[in-house]
Amino acid sequence: MTYVRQSDFGTPASGADETVTLSIDGRDVTVPAGTTVMRAAAEIGTAIPKLCASDNLKQFGSCRLCLVEIDGARGTPASCTTPVASGMVVHTETPRLQKLRRGVMELYISDHPLDCLTCSANNDCELQDQAAAVGLRDVRYGYEGENHLALDLDTSNPYFDFDPSKCIACSRCVRACDEVQGTFALTIEGRGFESKVSAGLGSDDFLGSECVSCGACVQACPTATLQEKSVKEIGLPDRSVVTTCAYCGVGCTFRAEMRGEQLVRMVPWKDGKANRGHSCVKGRFAWGYAQHADRILKPMIRASIDQPWREVEWDEAFAYAASELKRIAAKYGRSALGGITSSRCTNEETFLVQKLVRAGFGNNNVDTCARVCHSPTGYGLKTTFGTSAGTQDFDSVEQSDVMLVIGANPTDGHPVFASRMKRRLRQGAKLIVIDPRRTDLVRSPHIEAEHHLPLRPGTNVAVLTAMAHVIVTEGLADEAFIRERCDWDEYQDWAAFVSNAKNSPETLAPVTGVDPAELRAAARLYATGGNAAIYYGLGVTEHSQGSSTVMAIANLAMATGNIGRPGVGVNPLRGQNNVQGACDMGSFPHELSGYRHISDAGARKLFEDDWGVSLDPEPGLRIPNMLDAAVDGVFKALYVQGEDILQSDPDTKHVAAGLAAMECVIVHDLFLNETANYAHIFLPGSTFLEKDGTFTNAERRIQPVRKVMSPLNGLSDWEVTQRLAQAMGLDWNYTHPSQIMDEIARLTPSFAGVSFDRLDAEGSMQWPVNDAAPDGTPVMHIDGFVRGKGKFVVTDYVPTDEKTGPRFPLLLTTGRILSHYNVGAQTRRTANVAWHPEDLLEIHPSDAENRGLKDGDWVKLASRSGETTLRALVTDRVAPGVVYTTFHHPATQANVVTTDYSDWATNCPEYKVTAVQVSASNGPTDWQEDYSRRSERARRIESIAAE
Amino acid sequence: MNSLEKLVYMANQIARNLETEGDKAADTAAAHIVAFWDPRMKSMILSHLDAGGEGLSPGARAALDKVRAAAHA
Repeated sequence: MTYVRQSDFGTPASGADETVTLSIDGRDVTVPAGTTVMRAAAEIGTAIPKLCASDNLKQFGSCRLCLVEIDGARGTPASCTTPVASGMVVHTETPRLQKLRRGVMELYISDHPLDCLTCSANNDCELQDQAAAVGLRDVRYGYEGENHLALDLDTSNPYFDFDPSKCIACSRCVRACDEVQGTFALTIEGRGFESKVSAGLGSDDFLGSECVSCGACVQACPTATLQEKSVKEIGLPDRSVVTTCAYCGVGCTFRAEMRGEQLVRMVPWKDGKANRGHSCVKGRFAWGYAQHADRILKPMIRASIDQPWREVEWDEAFAYAASELKRIAAKYGRSALGGITSSRCTNEETFLVQKLVRAGFGNNNVDTCARVCHSPTGYGLKTTFGTSAGTQDFDSVEQSDVMLVIGANPTDGHPVFASRMKRRLRQGAKLIVIDPRRTDLVRSPHIEAEHHLPLRPGTNVAVLTAMAHVIVTEGLADEAFIRERCDWDEYQDWAAFVSNAKNSPETLAPVTGVDPAELRAAARLYATGGNAAIYYGLGVTEHSQGSSTVMAIANLAMATGNIGRPGVGVNPLRGQNNVQGACDMGSFPHELSGYRHISDAGARKLFEDDWGVSLDPEPGLRIPNMLDAAVDGVFKALYVQGEDILQSDPDTKHVAAGLAAMECVIVHDLFLNETANYAHIFLPGSTFLEKDGTFTNAERRIQPVRKVMSPLNGLSDWEVTQRLAQAMGLDWNYTHPSQIMDEIARLTPSFAGVSFDRLDAEGSMQWPVNDAAPDGTPVMHIDGFVRGKGKFVVTDYVPTDEKTGPRFPLLLTTGRILSHYNVGAQTRRTANVAWHPEDLLEIHPSDAENRGLKDGDWVKLASRSGETTLRALVTDRVAPGVVYTTFHHPATQANVVTTDYSDWATNCPEYKVTAVQVSASNGPTDWQEDYSRRSERARRIESIAAE
Repeated sequence: MNSLEKLVYMANQIARNLETEGDKAADTAAAHIVAFWDPRMKSMILSHLDAGGEGLSPGARAALDKVRAAAHA
C-alpha cells in the first residue's frame, strides 16, 4: 500500500435524516440538511481549498480560503460555515474566487519560512498543497517586514516539536485540544499580529503545560508547526497499514505509517469505530519499546535460576522445553503443569495457549491475567445477565444523560474514551463519580461531577446497596421493565433486602464515609435523569467483594430499566487491550471459549471431536492456586505468555516463593521481565507490530491486528506456541492466524460469523456474530437477557478482613497513571518516563503532617505482607486515611505490600484495600536491596558475560 | 496463611457471601466450590472436614457436606 493521507471532508457530518438537493459547479448533490457547502462539495469529490477546516472539528471560518459564490447571495461566503439550502447554486472556482484565494494565500506565505525542500513536512503539508491548489506564483510583499520567522522552537515534548515560526494561527490545534481531547491546554495568546499558539501560560513550554500529549494537535496541524520528532528524524512514511493499538481496552485503530520496515509514526484512524480518530500518549507515541535494545531476540535456557542464561537456537529451546514438561508430567503427574495466557496477546495466541494446556498438558490449569483484574466482571455479569461482557458500544455514550463512574479513572486508564465522555458531559450530561480519590473527571475544564461520593475503600457494596435502598424505597424503580425483563420473585426478595433500614444511606454512612444526602441525590439522579450508563473499572473488581459489586451494579441497572438500549448499560472498562478477548477465548480454568463450563459434556465434546483428544471435565487451578500448589510442592511447571506475574500479582514474596519452587518456568515475552528472574526457559516474543491476529476491546469489538514488519526474533507468538506444541507431540499445522480464528468460530457460538475476511471487509465486529446477529451486536440484551430473565442477586455488604489498626492505620489503594501501562514493561522503555519516572505515594496533607513528611520525601510503605520505599506526593486528591500508588516500576514493587486477600467468588486480588503505615525513610528496604541484587544476577546472559 | 488455611478461609468467605440465599445457601456455595475449585483443592478441604474441619464456619461445613455428597453421587 502506498502512503495516502486520509480524506478530510472539512466539516463534520450533519447526521440529519432530512435531505437537501443543491447544485455545485453544475452538478446536483443531495446531502443531509445541515451539511456545509464545503462538505457537500467534498462528497462529490470537489475539494474546496481550506486551511482551518477539518472534519473532526466544528466549523470555524477563519482562514478565508474556502470562499465560494452562491447565486443570489451577497459576497463570497466561507463554504465551511455556510449550510446547504434547497435549490442553492454554488460556484467553487471563478476568477473572482481564484483571485481572492491567491491574495489570502499570498499573505500567509509572506510570513512563512520558505524552506519547503528541507522542511520535515515537505509533501505532507496542507499549506504547501493549498498554495499549489490556488495557483500561487508570486509573493509581492517581500520578507523584510515584521514577521514571526525568528520565534523559538519548543522541543520540550519528547515526541513532537512546536515551531511557532511555521504557525499560520488557524487554531486547529487549539480546537483539537478543546473539542477532541477536552483538555483545553492550548490557547491563542495575544491579539492581532501578536496572536500565537501557547501551551497554557506564556511561561509554559509544552512539557511543562497541562498538555497530555494525546497528539490531537499534531494531527490537526496543517503545517510543520507541530511535528512528530520521528518524522523529522526518519522522514515521511511511504506506506501505511491499519491496525489496532496494543495498550488499553479502548482498542484504538491506528495507521502504522511505515518507511520500509521502519515505523515512522502511529496516526489514529478516523474510521476506527472505537476511537473515531483520536488517540492518547501511549498509542500515538509510546511504541519505541518495540525496537528497544532490551528486547531479547534469541531463545535462552538454563538448568537452574542461579545460573546465567545461555542463548540457543529455536529448535534446542523447544526440544528442551518439551523434554522438561514431559519429565515433570511423568514424575509428578500431569496436574503439575499449567499455563497463563495474556491480555496483551491476540485472541489467536491466547486460544492456542489454552489449547496447549487442555489438549497437550492434559489438564485445565490455564488462567489469564484477567484473574487479577476483571474476573469478577465475568462472574457477576454472567450471573445476572447471562454473559460475561459489557453491554454497550462506546458510541452509546453519546446518548447518555447520566454517567455513573465507579472505581474507574478513565482519563488515565482509558483516555480516548474519557475524551468522548467529557465531550458528552460538556453537552450537558450529568456525572456521578464514586471513588475514594478526586479523579480528574470529578473536576476538570468545563467538567464537574454533579456528585462525587468519596467512599472509604472496601465499601462499594454498601454504597451501591444504599443507592438501591433509595431507588426502591422512594418508588423510583422501573416496575414495568422489571416485570417484563427480570425474574419478579427474585426482584421482590432483593427489593425487600435493600429496603431494610440497615441498608439506608444514613445507617451505612459511618461505614462508607459518604454523606447520606449526597448519596440520596446521586441515586435519584441515576434513577430519574434519563438514559443512565454505568462505567466501572478495577476499583470495583479488585476487592474481597468484587463480584458482589459487579452484581450490585447490574441490580441497579435492571431496577431502573437502564439496560438494553443505546445510552444506558453496564460497561466494564478493561485495563489491557485484550482482556475481553482473553476471557472469551477460554483462558479461565473452568470454562471453554465462549464461557461454557468445562463440566458441560456437550461443549466438551465439540472440542474433543475437533481436537481429537479427551478433555478433563474438572476445573483447573487459578493463578493464586497454582502458586499455592507450587509452594506445596505439587505444581512444578508453568508456561507464561506475555505476563509478568511477579510484578503484577499481589503479595510479591509469595509469588516469588511459588515460582522459585517450580522446576520449569517458561517465560514467553519481549523482555527479561521480573518473572523471568525465576525462569528456566525464555522464549522471545513479538510485538503487535510483528504479527497478524485480533484483539477484542471493552465493547466486545473484534479488531484486526496486522503485521507491519517482520518479527525481530523470526517467529510470531502464535508460531512459538505452535512449535512448542509440536515439540510436545501435538499435530498442529496452522500456517496463518486466520486458520486459528476459523477454529475459534467453529467452536464458539458467539464467534460463529467471525473470520479474517469479514473483519477485513467490516473493519471490526462486535460479538455475538452469528446467525441471530450476522453483523454483530453493538448493544446487548435489547429484547431480553442472554440468560432469559435478568437475575437480581442479594448483595450483602461483608467488610473485608483487611483491617486498619494501630500498626497499620492507613488504607492503601493502587492504580495506574496516564503515561504508563500495567507493569510498565512497554512504557518504561519509551520517553513516557518523562512524565512518570518513578512510582509515588499520594498522601493527604494531614496524614503527611502527622508523620512529619514533606512532598518529595522518601517514605517507607509497610503492610503485614511487606514493605517498600518510594517518594511521597502530598495531595488532597486522596482523602485523609487513604494513600495511593501505582505499580509501574519494579524498583518499587508496590505489590510487595499488597496482601493475598481476594474476591470471594473469583480470587481476584484485593489490590484496592491494604492496611499500611507510612513513615520517613532514608533508603531502600532490605527486601528492595536484596531483590535488586537477585534480579541483576538472574539476568546474566552467558554469551554477554563471556565477552 | 498456608494452602490449607487459605482453603478454609475461602470456603468461609464463599459461605458468608452466599448467606443471603437462605435455605439455598449451602447448595449454592457447594455448587460454587464444585464449579471453580480444582480436584486437589476439593480433596484437601474435604480431608480437612473429615479431620474435624477446624476453622470452618457452619455455613462452609454445610456446603462442604454437599460437595462431598456430590462427589459420591
